Amino acid sequence: MSFPNTFSVPRLATQAAVYSLVITIGGISVRVNTSDADFLAILQNRYAGFVSEQANEEAEFEFDVDLGQSESSDPDADVSVTCREGRWLMQRGDFRAEWDPGTRRGHIRQSANPYSIDAVLRIVHTLLLARQGGFLIHSASAIRNGKAFLFAGISGAGKTTISRLAPADATLLTDEISYVRKAEDGYLAFGTPFAGELAKVGENTRAPLAALYLLAKGPQNRIEPVSVADAGREVLANMLFFAEDQEMVRLVFQGACDFVHRVPVYRLTFAPDPRVWELIR
Amino acid sequence: MSGRVYVARSARVAARKLGEEMLVMSAVDSTLFTLNPTATILWEAVDGATLLDEIVNSKICSEFEVNGEEALRDAEMLAKDLAKHGILLISDQPITPANSRVPERV
Repeated sequence: MSFPNTFSVPRLATQAAVYSLVITIGGISVRVNTSDADFLAILQNRYAGFVSEQANEEAEFEFDVDLGQSESSDPDADVSVTCREGRWLMQRGDFRAEWDPGTRRGHIRQSANPYSIDAVLRIVHTLLLARQGGFLIHSASAIRNGKAFLFAGISGAGKTTISRLAPADATLLTDEISYVRKAEDGYLAFGTPFAGELAKVGENTRAPLAALYLLAKGPQNRIEPVSVADAGREVLANMLFFAEDQEMVRLVFQGACDFVHRVPVYRLTFAPDPRVWELIR
Repeated sequence: MSGRVYVARSARVAARKLGEEMLVMSAVDSTLFTLNPTATILWEAVDGATLLDEIVNSKICSEFEVNGEEALRDAEMLAKDLAKHGILLISDQPITPANSRVPERV
């Protein structure tokens, strides 16, 4: 067999190959397109358990990732999220992204790292959830006996510790950032790939949310009631929210207030002792 | 501040009463305020059309055993403080939706 001797360049050869996968978190699917196979591998690894690579799989939203150097590579720089004429502009030292909810498409410019796209996904999910009464919150979460529990607190409050102490029959959803969606008769907690010190991606599953515990470390395990106002303040303080947008601020505020009216919130003081899980019901 | 004082809630806030406390969030900068029960009564009563001293007399002095002048002074201080943060509006004229707009941030 011989190949035809020709100088013509096949049309497709002038176009970069597109690699693609779908990342589904909290039941919301986002297709990510890249021309870089190595970056695709980074995403496959980062979002293991939350990705699908079926080309024909429908996704609710789609992002093209353009790999290149951004002006700065500082992931600790302040994030800016603003809305102009229906398009969301998201910017941090290490990325610049745009997203149009109307067309369901977006674009990210970043270097080949998993942290920048991780931040964009978190922002996009917070914007989507705010309109549905849900949110992302700094908390560990786990399912036990068919019910989900959240353990909220700032860094150092014990999210990773309570996760490490979880009994074998508990399913860990995350040790860092929990995903909460409003349901018909309450709220659902979903697993997330957003891991903290445990460096372990959560299980991609969900369960009805039974309670939220505000974590505090102490000499012994105990649970105390929290006033609904304190609960509201704590939930607001721990929620992830980035948008500089008045409508979104109102939605997030109302979402937090609705949540504390419907979900029991307690303060959980605990010693680093597995018996604390005997109190979680 | 004395004489004719009208107070209205800014349209650029979100507020919800949780238990006995009123939580108010500025939609502009996300600052969260918590109002105590007395401040909550004022928050709920100010409508931009009723003079502040009338509100204090009818809602505060009748409810709590406080001196009218002292209560009005406290109410004016609270209103000024919250107005600084942009969550209340103060005027010597009735405040209507038409004249209550605060310039948008640019």
